[in-house]
Amino acid sequence: MSLNLRIASLGHLVRTKVTGLGTFTRFFWMLLQRSSIIFSRPRLVSQQIHFIGNYSLLIIAVSGLFVGFVLGLQGYYTLNRYGSEEALGLLVALSLTRELGPVVTALLFAGRAGTSLTAEIGLMKAGEQLAAMEVMAVDPVRRVLAPRFWGGVIAMPILAAVFSMVGILGGWVVGVLMIGIDTGAFWSQMQSGVDVWKDILNGVIKSIVFGVAVTLIALYEGWQSRPTPEGVARATTRTVVAGSLAVLGLDFLLTALMFSN
Amino acid sequence: MSIEKTDWWVGLFVLLGGIALTFLALRAANLSSFSFAQTYTLSANFDNIGGLKVRAPVKSAGVVVGRVASIALDEKTYQAIVRLDMEKGFEFPLDSSAKILTSGLLGEQYIGLEAGGEDANLANNGTIKYTQSAIVLESLISQFLFNTAEKQGSTTTPDSESVKSK
Repeated sequence: MSLNLRIASLGHLVRTKVTGLGTFTRFFWMLLQRSSIIFSRPRLVSQQIHFIGNYSLLIIAVSGLFVGFVLGLQGYYTLNRYGSEEALGLLVALSLTRELGPVVTALLFAGRAGTSLTAEIGLMKAGEQLAAMEVMAVDPVRRVLAPRFWGGVIAMPILAAVFSMVGILGGWVVGVLMIGIDTGAFWSQMQSGVDVWKDILNGVIKSIVFGVAVTLIALYEGWQSRPTPEGVARATTRTVVAGSLAVLGLDFLLTALMFSN
Repeated sequence: MSIEKTDWWVGLFVLLGGIALTFLALRAANLSSFSFAQTYTLSANFDNIGGLKVRAPVKSAGVVVGRVASIALDEKTYQAIVRLDMEKGFEFPLDSSAKILTSGLLGEQYIGLEAGGEDANLANNGTIKYTQSAIVLESLISQFLFNTAEKQGSTTTPDSESVKSK
């Protein structure tokens, strides 16, 4: 390949990426503009919360439990060296509410709910159902996308809170029941060290932002997918890759903003 | 699934989220320590509060009887003014003394109240007169070093040998 062609292909790459970002932002704006349906027909949203939230609950709760177990064991291993095993409760609670709860939930959410959203929208597009709706003068963005978006945004913080709660209980099971740390010290260290606004509220804000990002990426990929089986398969893969990367990148940004001082 | 049934499950899901958040706020964090019990205010002046923080416990004989409400600096005496929210029902004699203590070697600092012997009790907005500052490790070490150096410098002290051997 000659140098000119290489430069040209690089320019093409940059242009497509920037255009993609623009389309994505416009898609977000379009979705927000047509969100009034969540007030006029709240049933649609509650159906989506059921589909996205309730069905993800089991995997979130089980993962939270095991993450809590592991945090209990690994935290004890480190804290034991400094003779401060009582701080295990604090360590488990802070790592879960500030970091692991929102992030791991969002990653699981991208895999469990994001993929199903993308595949659903992609297949609707491939089956020309979206086009049929437009013919019937039903706006598919308003009727199909907006309820799914708000369902995901509402379900995500709830799932993250459940994850943190189950994780703390898991850490308690390992720390107090298995290892034998004093249960009073476990809880009192946690309560004196965890702040409601600084730690828990910021964790909730994080999970809301992740919910917006993951659901939006999932819907966008489905909406933009090529209407073929291969196109839907690619869109589903891209949802997981782009969603996970967005979560991790946003997590760094939000942590730097919230906890830097 | 019928619409009513979906709504029931969604309701349960949202309820579970509410329970989880309440659990995090009350059990994992310190929101529950904002007790709704009636309190009265006492204040105490300290030369040095060390690492004392707002909401640190006030203990008497190890029992929590109140919490630190605010910490400020007196601009004239350059002392720290610590205001304490004491639970109603726990009253202390006028000559009670307050110390800043540390729980464990590296633990949090708290205020220890020692009851005095007078008949009259401290009233609301009263001041605890007898206070003892926090022990700052650096000043303690420098004091110790200063003392040893002084003792080593003077050969006439008969006890210097026995002190060293201890």
